Amino acid sequence: MQIPYTVTVRPDTGLYNAKLGIWLFLASEVMLFGGLFSAYILLRSGATSWFVGSEELSVPIGTFNTFVLILSSVTVVMSWASLRMNDLKKYKMYMGLTILLGLVFLVVKVLFEYMPKIEHHHIPSSHNFFAIYFVLTGLHALHVVGGLIVNGYLWGPGSKMWDTDPEQFLNRIEVAGLYWHFVDIIWIFLFPALYLL
Amino acid sequence: MSLKAFHLAFISVSTIMAFGFGAWTLMEDNGNYILYGFLSFFAGVGLIVYGIRFLKKFREVSYL
Repeated sequence: MQIPYTVTVRPDTGLYNAKLGIWLFLASEVMLFGGLFSAYILLRSGATSWFVGSEELSVPIGTFNTFVLILSSVTVVMSWASLRMNDLKKYKMYMGLTILLGLVFLVVKVLFEYMPKIEHHHIPSSHNFFAIYFVLTGLHALHVVGGLIVNGYLWGPGSKMWDTDPEQFLNRIEVAGLYWHFVDIIWIFLFPALYLL
Repeated sequence: MSLKAFHLAFISVSTIMAFGFGAWTLMEDNGNYILYGFLSFFAGVGLIVYGIRFLKKFREVSYL
């Protein structure tokens, strides 16, 4: 069976189907994170006392991870641009860098943030601040893991599609890049909300 | 919205965040993060330069 509109634009939407699909998915993700951000605002505004993020969390580590994710957004766009210029070798290099940066983010998050906090008994049950911190950043970290799995597949076995259907493969990279950007932009909002305010 | 358009939106938000973080470090009472603040201002300028270069390089790519 031939799946329609994987490459060509669907006349009624003006997009190929995967792009419409990823935007519908990202819209549902906005609602998920939006709900949690609302919970954070309500918990904070309703609390008689609240921690100052910069005193409880490590601002240098948060800043480093922000830099890592911004850089990974640049590399994922470069991987897409390399494919547009028919350079699979460069695509592999940039996508590999994106995966590496995602892994750096996760390792720093777990080793230098989660583990010391758990050791100091700063766990979700100790205060609402840590409850919302772990929920928001944990859910975000799960999204990074999801992105790494998809990007890893597209870097490795999935890249064989470049030989059989390069246009569809290029579209897949664009869709994966859109998801990765969404994950990164969530962090751009999480960082000041949790670490600075 | 294409990856090009989303990337430009992301760079814009990141630039605002970089300058905002820089301003936050200046307003901090203890001044612990002033070095990070200056680095953040430089990063903000770097992101603007990068965004303009990206826009020029991908002029022919659709925003949709």
